[in-house]
Amino acid sequence: MPRSQALRKAGSWLGLGPFLCFAIAFMILPALSILAGSFMNKSGAFTFANFAHLARQNIVASYRVTIELSAVTAAIGTVLGALVSYAVVAGGLPKGLRSFTITFSGVASNFAGVPLAFAFIATLGRVGLVTALAKSLFGIDLYGSGFNLYSFWGLSLTYVYFQMPLMILTIEPAIVGLRREWREASESLGASSWTYWLRVGLPILTPSLLAAFILLFGNAFGAYATAYALTGGMLNLVPILIGAQIRGDVLHDPNLGYALALGMVVIMLAAIFLYSSLQKLASRWQR
Amino acid sequence: MRRSESARKALSWFWLALGMLYFFLPLVATFLFSLKGRKGVLSFAAYANVLADPQFLKTFLFSLEMAVFTILASLVLIVPTAIWIHLKLPKAKGLMEALSLMPFVIPPIVLAFGLIKTYSKPPLVLVSSPVLLVAGYVIISFPYMYRTIDAGLRAIDLPLLTEAAQILGARWTTVLFRVALPGLRASILSAVFLCFATVIGELTLAVILAWPAFGPYMALVGRDLAYEPAALSIMSFALTWGSIGLMQFISSRGVARRGRGHRP
Repeated sequence: MPRSQALRKAGSWLGLGPFLCFAIAFMILPALSILAGSFMNKSGAFTFANFAHLARQNIVASYRVTIELSAVTAAIGTVLGALVSYAVVAGGLPKGLRSFTITFSGVASNFAGVPLAFAFIATLGRVGLVTALAKSLFGIDLYGSGFNLYSFWGLSLTYVYFQMPLMILTIEPAIVGLRREWREASESLGASSWTYWLRVGLPILTPSLLAAFILLFGNAFGAYATAYALTGGMLNLVPILIGAQIRGDVLHDPNLGYALALGMVVIMLAAIFLYSSLQKLASRWQR
Repeated sequence: MRRSESARKALSWFWLALGMLYFFLPLVATFLFSLKGRKGVLSFAAYANVLADPQFLKTFLFSLEMAVFTILASLVLIVPTAIWIHLKLPKAKGLMEALSLMPFVIPPIVLAFGLIKTYSKPPLVLVSSPVLLVAGYVIISFPYMYRTIDAGLRAIDLPLLTEAAQILGARWTTVLFRVALPGLRASILSAVFLCFATVIGELTLAVILAWPAFGPYMALVGRDLAYEPAALSIMSFALTWGSIGLMQFISSRGVARRGRGHRP
């Protein structure tokens, strides 16, 4: 009896076989090959040298600018996304606006990459429509006053276009979960709107907000297409560096590319770990 | 009290208006910019140029083909697996959740790197085969695919329906084709549209694996021309809007129908 039960148990795991084989072949093995490659030198012998090369000035700089870009766009996206989400969920606006905002956010968060870069070039590039209008209507020379779409802040402005909608989609359930009774209770105890937010609303939302921030951080950190199409590789982001490494070997050392990629995976792992622990914390309030 | 409510409303309008300005200004500007293809007049010349380029159709059809293969492969791999887990192996849910986080941990650029490294030397050389591209796309869209199907399965309570069908004498093929799949129709359709939107303009894997897909084609056009990229951007936005909009329409209708059905 126990034997047939064990057999049945093994049989039920067998049903996962095809998918697991596929995932191992095209997800796990490639990841492991990066891990292995980053501990090897050109001739395949074990070494830590690749990680020592990560300390090179230009590589440290590219990690720093990628982390800054991800943090800045995640922060802007988190704040603005939460405000817009709160406005349409609980701000007393017409109901249709909420479903419109959610649908639009679904579209906009998928509108990344090459077409998004083109849209911003047509809008705020050197000959972009808004650039030209600002000059002819208000006499403001955007590029003369230091703005540049192909710079850090220009890229940030573009990234927010897919960060903010992702925030709206991510935070909406938590904002829906803010119960009206809590506000009414604090108001009937004499709390002002500020007190309610500082002592009740924000403390409840904080884990969800932080989790969403980390999700957005990872979303920007792994992005390649938008930066590739917009800056053409002028900004030294880690994904761009890895891409250049695979395509043309600018670093003259393929194994350094593996170490770069592994660094990315480690940062993403830390992010996802933080994210899931914060999600657990946030789920206490959602019922 | 009243005043605080109207103040909240005014603030809400303000933030929403700011958000809308940020989202619609680039779209409107890009659209107007795309109409400037012919000097002095507004015209659809840039669109005509794009459509007349044989490379446009060629790369678009290539990406379409890849999207179809990706969708088929994902459905064949993920739908039966998700059904199996709900029916026979609820224990594996944690494993699948963990796996579905993996594509987030391994961004497309790193995945492409790993795929090249793994499949460019024997025993299995796949770098020159579109199979590798499709496999990569299946991995990239797997989290969204799995979550959509999983949510659909949660909503129909498959174990209960299966038990009912089996009591009535249904075989497992009948259960699969007459119970599970029809119940999942809305989520499968949403997953299909989401998958399509992901693959059709994808750049990273296509560029790194060197395929003449639609994403790399768009990037190339952007390097040489001024107004055509704006036209491509608008067309691509319309495509995204179409597929994601349809997806959300289908899933919201599915939920509404199920919601009514469950009410006692």
